[in-house]
Amino acid sequence: MSTRIVSNIQKFTWKRFFLQWEWMLIALLVIIFTINSNISPYFLNYTSITDATMTFLDKAFIVFPMVMIMIMREIDISVGSTAALSSIVMATLYNAGVPMVIAIVACLLVGALCGFFNGYLLVKYRELSAVIVTLSTMILYRGIAYMILEDRSAGDFPDWFSYFGWGYVGGIPFILCLFVVLAIGFVLLLQKTTIGRRIYAVGSNPKASRFSGVKVDKIKLLVFTLAGLMAAITAIFLTSRMGSTRPNVANMYELDVIAMVALGGISTVGGKGKMLGAVLAVFVIGYLQFGLGLINIPAQMLLIVIGILLIVSVTVTNFRVTRKAPQRKAKKNQAKKVS
Amino acid sequence: MSEMMKSINLAKLGKFREFGLLGFIVLLSIVIQLLNPAFLSPGNLTDLIKNTAILSILALGMMLVLITRGIDLSIGATLALSGMIAALTVRAYPDLHPLLAILIGIVVGVVCGAVLGLLVSKVGILPIIASLGLMNAFRGMTYWVSGREWVSAYQMSDSFKHIATSSILGINTLVFIAIIIFIFFNYFVNNTVTGRQIYALGSNPDSAKISGINSDRIYMLVYTLMGGLSGLAGVLWVSKFASAQGNTGSGYELTVIAACILGGVSINGGVGKVTGVLLGAVLLGVLDNGLPLINVSPFWQMGIEGAIILIAVLFNTIVKKTVERNNLLRRVI
Repeated sequence: MSTRIVSNIQKFTWKRFFLQWEWMLIALLVIIFTINSNISPYFLNYTSITDATMTFLDKAFIVFPMVMIMIMREIDISVGSTAALSSIVMATLYNAGVPMVIAIVACLLVGALCGFFNGYLLVKYRELSAVIVTLSTMILYRGIAYMILEDRSAGDFPDWFSYFGWGYVGGIPFILCLFVVLAIGFVLLLQKTTIGRRIYAVGSNPKASRFSGVKVDKIKLLVFTLAGLMAAITAIFLTSRMGSTRPNVANMYELDVIAMVALGGISTVGGKGKMLGAVLAVFVIGYLQFGLGLINIPAQMLLIVIGILLIVSVTVTNFRVTRKAPQRKAKKNQAKKVS
Repeated sequence: MSEMMKSINLAKLGKFREFGLLGFIVLLSIVIQLLNPAFLSPGNLTDLIKNTAILSILALGMMLVLITRGIDLSIGATLALSGMIAALTVRAYPDLHPLLAILIGIVVGVVCGAVLGLLVSKVGILPIIASLGLMNAFRGMTYWVSGREWVSAYQMSDSFKHIATSSILGINTLVFIAIIIFIFFNYFVNNTVTGRQIYALGSNPDSAKISGINSDRIYMLVYTLMGGLSGLAGVLWVSKFASAQGNTGSGYELTVIAACILGGVSINGGVGKVTGVLLGAVLLGVLDNGLPLINVSPFWQMGIEGAIILIAVLFNTIVKKTVERNNLLRRVI
């Protein structure tokens, strides 16, 4: 029996290197920076840039697990509601006299539990689609948030809590530091570890990977729980920055997150895409929003821009994936003829 | 043999589902009635049916989309956009005939739906992503065309506001329109070739394509139809509440999808009945109308609705699983 080496490592060529989607995103970033700094003198200014970064980075933490979920051909639209619920639980516990540290731990736990519940339902009932499960829990989680707090808001956090949203570490916002550290961690997790490679395997062919011994259920459970946990981290930063919380916080965050992931070049048909692309896309969308805000374009126009950006980027990534399909088909036909 | 068994069983299950749903609605009504006798008063019932009319119009359109394995999250925004454009037109031309206003709404809705249909069928974007993007775009356009202002009751002509309060043949116009659409849909999905093709495409897209069904045409059709119905619902909504706002119908798509799921439409495609969807819409209508009557805080409503949807989804799956296992056990080997 001869052994065949199956390897997906392609030979390095400069052409392939520069044809990567990530360069496109970097180019977009450069363009946005140039246009913005030409239009508004206030843009290229250290304080304003760090301030802007702090405002859009909170939801970016959900991007990491969402990349994995979408690579696995699933989707999670309950993350905004999860963030709202964990934020409400944290604030309510603190207002009830629980120490802040324990309230924060509870917030993380609630988030992870929400995500775990999504994953558990998907694993237990395999014929359910992620769309329907997370759609129901999206209503349920926000509904519970409304049950707890009704139309009140909760706040009055201790002073040190505002550090999460407003603090600096040696001139760099704390949130940015944590984001970079987590980004490196998640890039390594997805690109270099067995679990990461298995996520790609599940995305390109769920059945085949199940048959070849990949514990699909365990990975799914892990990834959805991570999504809940990251939603809770988002909740902490958001609550800290705003100083109080209401049941309607983090509304429609799932949309922004999915837009970032799609723009990052993650194919919605599964199995393709890189974490780095999504991380770059976070900054592209963030600075685009900030720039449009600076030149007084109303928030409603932002909705249109994000919606169109989402559709265009999905179209382009789909096009990149399917462009190679005719060749594959031709090969398949050849193989059929031979047999 | 086994095929026959299976079909008999599924038919039974289908009937059981609808009777179960009907039973649940009746039970719920009795409980609410016992707690608050005002529930079954003629005034409240008319209100309930009027509220359910718009929901059921949208749910019927959503049923077709779900049957083709798609989903449309943009209908709340489409509803707002077409309602807003119709209201703006009425504000500018108060003498406009109400039918023309409805027509404008439908046209706007059809255009919105056709864009989504194109994205799904020709460009090949997943429906959930395409409609999520368009939801944002349409919502933004609603704010944009209105200049972030409301169109309030005093700016609308009486004839326009009259759409929702007038009656045709003794039935409220909203309900009348809903009944017409219900009859049309019942005929369309059960008795026409295109209607059956929608089911065929949903239960197995690959074999549907091989057997010569033009899937792009079907996708275009269901999303355009959904858009048209959202446009119609938008005008009716604005006429009923006598106000067009930027955030009209925000999040309403979830209620509509919930009505479909409660009515037994499978999100995995191919399954769904007009009567079931209607019952699902009525159940949500009863909850919406009845819970405040028995002093359930409005803030609990969303949570209760979410729990009921989740339970319905799980119940569907468990029943389906059991039936399939029983069929396997009974199979003659």
